[in-house]
Amino acid sequence: MTNRFRTHSGGRIDRGAPVSFRFDGKTYSGFKGDTLASALIANGVHLVGRSFKYHRPRGFISAGSDEPNALVNVARDAARMSPNLRATQVELYEGLKASSQNRWPSLGFDAGAANDFVSPFLPAGFYYKTFMWPAGAWKRFYEPKIRAMAGLGVAPTLPDPDRYTQNYAYCDVLVVGAGPAGLAAALAAAAGGAKVWLVDEQAELGGSLLAERTATIEGKPAQQWLADTLATLAAMDNVTLLPRTTAFAYFPHNMIALAERVTEHLAAPGADLPRERLWQLRAREVVLATGALERPLVFPDNDRPGVLLADSARTYLNRYGAKPGDRAVIFTACDAGYRTALDLAAGGVAVVAVADLRREVHGELPARALAAGIDVRPATVVTGTTGRLRVSGARLAKIKGGPSVDPVGASETIACDTVLMSGGFTPSVHLFSQSRGKLAWDAASGAYLPGTSVERERSAGACRGITGLQRVLEDGYGQGEAAAKASRDAASPARGATPPPGPSAKTFPAQADDLGTDGFIGATPHARNPAFTKAFVDWQNDVTAKDITLATREGFRSIEHVKRYTTTGMATDQGKTSNMNTLGIVAEALGESVPKIGLTTFRPPFTPTTFGLFAGAARGDQFDPVRKTAIHDWAAEHGAAFEDVSLWKRAWYFPKALPDGRREDLHAAVGRECKAVRSSVGMFDASTLGKIEVVGPDAAEFMNRMYTNAWAKLEPGRLRYGVMLREDGFVMDDGVVGRMAPDRFHVTTTTGGAPRVLAHMEDYLQTEWPDLDVWLTSTTEQWAVIAVQGPKAREVLAPLIEGIDLAKEAFPHMSVREGTILGVPTRLFSVSFTGELGFEVNVPAQYGRAVWEAIFAAGERFGITPYGTETMHVLRAEKGYIIVGQETDGTQVPDDVNLGWAVGKAKKDFVGKRSLARAAMSAPDRKQLVGLRTTDPKLVLEEGAQIVADPKAPVPVPMLGFVTSSYYSAVLGHSIALAVVKGGRARIGTRLSVPMPDRVIEVEIVEPVFYDPKGDRLNG
Amino acid sequence: MLIIDCPWCGARPEIEFRYGGEAHIARPADPAAMSDQEWADFLYNRTNPKGLHAERWRHIHGCGRYFNAVRDTVSDFFVTTYKAGEPRPDIGESGK
Amino acid sequence: MAETASMAETAAIGAPRAAYPLDALALGARSIEAARLTALGPAARLAFRGREAAIQAAGEAFGVALPREANRRHTADGRHALWLGPDEWMLLAPGADPAPLFAAIEAATAGLPHALVDVSARSVTIEVAGPKAAYVLNQGNPLDLSIEAFPVGSATRTLFHKAEIVLSRIAPDIFHVDVWRSFAPYVWQMLEDGRRELA
Ligand SMILES: [Zn+2]
Repeated sequence: MTNRFRTHSGGRIDRGAPVSFRFDGKTYSGFKGDTLASALIANGVHLVGRSFKYHRPRGFISAGSDEPNALVNVARDAARMSPNLRATQVELYEGLKASSQNRWPSLGFDAGAANDFVSPFLPAGFYYKTFMWPAGAWKRFYEPKIRAMAGLGVAPTLPDPDRYTQNYAYCDVLVVGAGPAGLAAALAAAAGGAKVWLVDEQAELGGSLLAERTATIEGKPAQQWLADTLATLAAMDNVTLLPRTTAFAYFPHNMIALAERVTEHLAAPGADLPRERLWQLRAREVVLATGALERPLVFPDNDRPGVLLADSARTYLNRYGAKPGDRAVIFTACDAGYRTALDLAAGGVAVVAVADLRREVHGELPARALAAGIDVRPATVVTGTTGRLRVSGARLAKIKGGPSVDPVGASETIACDTVLMSGGFTPSVHLFSQSRGKLAWDAASGAYLPGTSVERERSAGACRGITGLQRVLEDGYGQGEAAAKASRDAASPARGATPPPGPSAKTFPAQADDLGTDGFIGATPHARNPAFTKAFVDWQNDVTAKDITLATREGFRSIEHVKRYTTTGMATDQGKTSNMNTLGIVAEALGESVPKIGLTTFRPPFTPTTFGLFAGAARGDQFDPVRKTAIHDWAAEHGAAFEDVSLWKRAWYFPKALPDGRREDLHAAVGRECKAVRSSVGMFDASTLGKIEVVGPDAAEFMNRMYTNAWAKLEPGRLRYGVMLREDGFVMDDGVVGRMAPDRFHVTTTTGGAPRVLAHMEDYLQTEWPDLDVWLTSTTEQWAVIAVQGPKAREVLAPLIEGIDLAKEAFPHMSVREGTILGVPTRLFSVSFTGELGFEVNVPAQYGRAVWEAIFAAGERFGITPYGTETMHVLRAEKGYIIVGQETDGTQVPDDVNLGWAVGKAKKDFVGKRSLARAAMSAPDRKQLVGLRTTDPKLVLEEGAQIVADPKAPVPVPMLGFVTSSYYSAVLGHSIALAVVKGGRARIGTRLSVPMPDRVIEVEIVEPVFYDPKGDRLNG
Repeated sequence: MLIIDCPWCGARPEIEFRYGGEAHIARPADPAAMSDQEWADFLYNRTNPKGLHAERWRHIHGCGRYFNAVRDTVSDFFVTTYKAGEPRPDIGESGK
Repeated sequence: MAETASMAETAAIGAPRAAYPLDALALGARSIEAARLTALGPAARLAFRGREAAIQAAGEAFGVALPREANRRHTADGRHALWLGPDEWMLLAPGADPAPLFAAIEAATAGLPHALVDVSARSVTIEVAGPKAAYVLNQGNPLDLSIEAFPVGSATRTLFHKAEIVLSRIAPDIFHVDVWRSFAPYVWQMLEDGRRELA
């Protein structure tokens, strides 16, 4: 394709670097420096999408991030497919492949466009009103149909192969927006010695200066001044310049989220570069120099491809050398239309008419247009456009007089291929508003402007209603200076209102057209049949002026309600082009002034942001830390299956290879492991148990207060099972505690409870009993813990241990001794969670694996069997030992789970004691821990299953309790279960029912200790 | 992300901290002497004000200290922070 | 880290081999000069907590005065004392056997209210060094690591992504990250991910 609409010279594109690209399967050429939009326009392509609801053909509206229409899909490969990119921001690179969206089967002919013809029946709130009945039809019919027709773009189905990184950063002054105000602010702040960041969403810094043709600054052409200024800033050590970086969210205390697109514009990005970088930048002071967005005019058929914003057309022409068409009609409510007209004329585009909504037209720009021979028509509106996939003409009509509500006269159709509109400029106050700053209505300029600040922030230039290049530059410089000064005494993080800016120390003599503050808000008048005209307010969500007036007629008054009912401003463009016109239409319909209507809330993100940016490196294996014990790799090498317990990987079971080459299943492995522990010896990695060293003269007193048990009389060298309650009396955690010395306790906690228990202890110690001389140190990761359990445990360990007499009398059950194992210092516990003779070997973690291997070797002659958490669970359940979090759910007092014996009733106080004294805590119908037996010994109940007395009782059937743990016990040859049942202990010997979806299972309530109820085996 | 002024470490980012509920609710010296209602009040009932709220925070990923803060529940502004055990500063009841 | 044998390791004759969580990962580290990663060898690490009366005695016995200023590290003769809280210090002696140090400090602080706990095995230390060290750390750490805000001698408990660490600045371009051993591979891989763009 030729670049038929390319100017002969000028613009910032690199005409020596042609770039070929594809759009909807067709190959085009553009230049380096083009956006996809500018390259398509240069090729005469305006039809780039179909609208969301009516599937109307759509073209470009703008040249920037406010673009509502030109959403495209850019695909590098099947996984790298980005939907909904604004073509106006997609930088061209060699081989770029883009396609249009929301059309079927093709852009030129779209079946969904039938919606357009039935559109009189698709008014605002149509979905709410129509699909109410019949109820079932919504799911079967309406929703699938609507879903098929609606939606924007197609999400890729493959995982995103790109990398995204996140960085925290700090600066003294952040300047958002690198137009003239931002550049001047950065210059001033940098000269003041501040660490300055200047960020801009565009590929090039410069903002509006990038499209300047005739303006001069400090005696230089604006573009030369821009180049010099950027060179000056780039040379300064204290300045960071970030193009392609969108400040998309403003968080408290001046934390600004920046999305930097690192590789998006590259044809072949390096594999080590992140695609995007999220900066969480904390700035002492922020200068918002976000400029202003040109407002469209709301007139019938204003959505036809070829209808653009006037200043955007000027950008295409001056910055990219791309002409919007050959014959332009301009519809304007301000002087911007004339500036575009003059530049177009200079660029070789015929300007056939300028329709000016204002009744009187004067001033320098219109005068120059008249002098250039342009047909200027005051008090004139565009009441429609002709053409199908592209504008072919504009209907112009005279306003008969009076303000906008007045009827218009007969229309005249003028042939053209582009209609350029300008309703004036809306200051871009998005970030200011996100910072919770209060906006104030400025009647003089007809705009909301930054009012009272909340953060340490100030606005500069057009975003605060300043017009004229020189005034904008000087305002920017003054704000930059003031920000640098304020950043020096910003020691405190307190948020507070900004002081008024100081006067600028610098003047910027500049020559440029001043567009003033004229403009129009609302829908322009026309005399056409409203049933068959559409004047769009929100292009992306297909909301027309008629929809909004209908909403007000139906009683919607609040602008927030109108927004939600009509969906205006709710699309991905966040109403950048539509907000103000919506307000104008609502104000007129309700007969109120614009500021009376209020304003909808601006929310982040300023422009859509990728999910990858938020995920950063936290994905896949690195989503969370994966904690592994010192023994983990041994278990993995020996075929263990693992389960997740909090962040830990724990060996779940160790399936053995079978003769036929398969491996044991869970059931077989666990049966074998259980039998080995009960008949000989097994070993288990208990390293994940939480450990806290409680040390200090008041250690015993502290333990007394934190645990239900009595500790004063526990002798050094002995262990005790401790129960910890919350203040509300419910079991919080449990674990074995060893007294190492009078002032030193080795406390263990559950695996998942470790951080919670430590925080709970610190809380009481720091805030209730700061007078106690005791301190807490986490030792969870200091020790690797190897449980050796079974009748042969002593024989396995004895040859390896030095300095500890393992004889039964010298080292009884529930004792702790210090010595060495294979020369490594150990704290050896005689303790059992299996009901068998057992020991736990604590060694410094770096020796965990080596000691494990040595014990494994020493145990070989006894057939020592490594076992996992599943076997541990079965063995303890056979003994009726609870697991906190399995038998308890935060509503059990100790007695409920048969731990009443662990409560030191003689103690005056401990955390939770007072709550236990409440009557409800000892009511006989509390749920109590019991065992369950099924009639069929092979039947294993489902954990969580409800228990009832009479499954045939009328609904709702009273629930008596539920199954907390359930296993098949290979040792006992039948299934076992633990449950909590109302008044359970009194029901022992009776039968209850467990109703399941397919049957009712009868169970017998039994004692919860299924194996060795007297505990003889513990002592070996 | 807020910046919170730890009385020990100074200004630090919010993610290093944990919220700890309302401040200045001391555990009664003799719980056994309290009625069920008094005990329930201590356990469960909180002021939940609209405006200035004295609350506990812990610099858990820093110095580990619990401390107190006065925060405005309307604006989410921290007004001041102070060490555990110190009295609530006299800065009134309502937001600014 | 294999080349720095700890005294604890050699003290026991025929002792089992010590193994550390970064042994394998450190071998595969890419050479990226802008931010070099090194898994440092074993060290004696003692958690010291206590009342005013014990603080000076502990410092004298350790050979490094315990810093009283928040988030500071004192160093003498290759040993470091890190302020972690108003009554909490990490005493760090690279390459040292913790047992005699523990005994010496316990002896010096006997009868004074304090708690001393050997946590040598609890964590490992990663050195991040190079002109982009702070940049790489700031991918997961939210503190201002500019030299003005976090000068040499700073040390603090903080976060790196989802792991708690103790971060200390040894030199303008050298940081030490002390991290609990089960979190070390995660932190190491996040550091690798962070410095990848500098390759
Ligand atoms: Zn702190």
